[in-house]
Amino acid sequence: MPRIKVARKSTAIDMTAMCDVAFLLLTFFILTATARQPEPLPVDTPASTVKFKLPDLDIATLTIGQKGKVFFGVPGQPIRRRTLELMGEKYQIQFSEEEKARFSVMESFGVPIGNLKQIIMMKGDDRLKPGLQPGVPLDSVGQRPSELHDWILSARYATKELNNVDMRVSIKGDSKEEYPSIEKLLGILQDQNINKFSLITSLRTGDE
Amino acid sequence: MAELDTSGGGKNKGGKVRSKKQSTRVDLTAMVDLAFLLITFFMLTTTLAKPQAMDLAMPDKEKQDQQELTVADNRTMTILLGADNRLEWYMGLVDNPLTPPQVDNFGRNGIRKALIENSKKVIAATGDPSKGLIVLIKPSAQSNYRNFVDILDEMKVSNIERYAIVDISEPDIQLLKRDGIYK
Repeated sequence: MPRIKVARKSTAIDMTAMCDVAFLLLTFFILTATARQPEPLPVDTPASTVKFKLPDLDIATLTIGQKGKVFFGVPGQPIRRRTLELMGEKYQIQFSEEEKARFSVMESFGVPIGNLKQIIMMKGDDRLKPGLQPGVPLDSVGQRPSELHDWILSARYATKELNNVDMRVSIKGDSKEEYPSIEKLLGILQDQNINKFSLITSLRTGDE
Repeated sequence: MAELDTSGGGKNKGGKVRSKKQSTRVDLTAMVDLAFLLITFFMLTTTLAKPQAMDLAMPDKEKQDQQELTVADNRTMTILLGADNRLEWYMGLVDNPLTPPQVDNFGRNGIRKALIENSKKVIAATGDPSKGLIVLIKPSAQSNYRNFVDILDEMKVSNIERYAIVDISEPDIQLLKRDGIYK
């Protein structure tokens, strides 16, 4: 009696479609991921257990490290451009269109406003050389508030004008930074009635 | 799984040289593996790389003078941040502390125990959970930013709702000097 034979089929599956999908997804994720910008002032942020993610928009970042050096950065190209215009008006410095365009792609900077033009015209890699940028001045001169105060104020005006939201301020400090320089920074913020800010921390991994 | 088509071939009887027909199918398994590995990697790293933000609210400088807060001294705990990642704490006032000032460390076995204990004691003494412990944080000039963030983090961990960052005063510095955590 003949046995019923089960047709033997190959176990090989056509992987082409799967491969296509996988690579499509891969390309998508690589392209949408924002590349991490190189920072002119590298800092080691302290860890905490907070699990609140930092928003991307309308939040200025004050980076502080290396014995009180402060770098200022605000996201969004139109906002940066407007901030620079407001600062130019305040300090009577004329910025050309090219300088504004170049400034609007700078992630953060840390120079007195007198040297800003010099930094703007530098190439991106040269700007990041350690020790080149001395930090935004924190000290007030006579009656005049400090430059950092004016930068923050201008950025707040620019954000309100363009996006109609209140700008928030975040502080990214180095773990080893001594408290007096942090206190100074908090003082500058409180002088313009910013009483709420975010401290940027990394996620604590250990249990300690 | 790699399939090679070995059929065809045959003997060349007609004398014509025929090239061997080979299948164009390639085994894609390894390639798919790699692709998914990369996808997983990118997905995980993009979401995890975002920094965390700890919100901090400071009291308004101008309004502070108008309404001087009167705080019961049996509910206040003062934490002084000193040098070398050490701190010192006491209950009550600096010239008349309810508990002797104690030098302690950061972390789970250090200040967290004291915070939780004191918090329980204060609630038991007042008999009202809304009247809990009030912590005054006084960072000295020799503490660093990490200490500052650590102590704020401890507040979150031990569920202390009322805390304030206060400028350090001279008697507090003397106390730190006495206990050798301020140079």
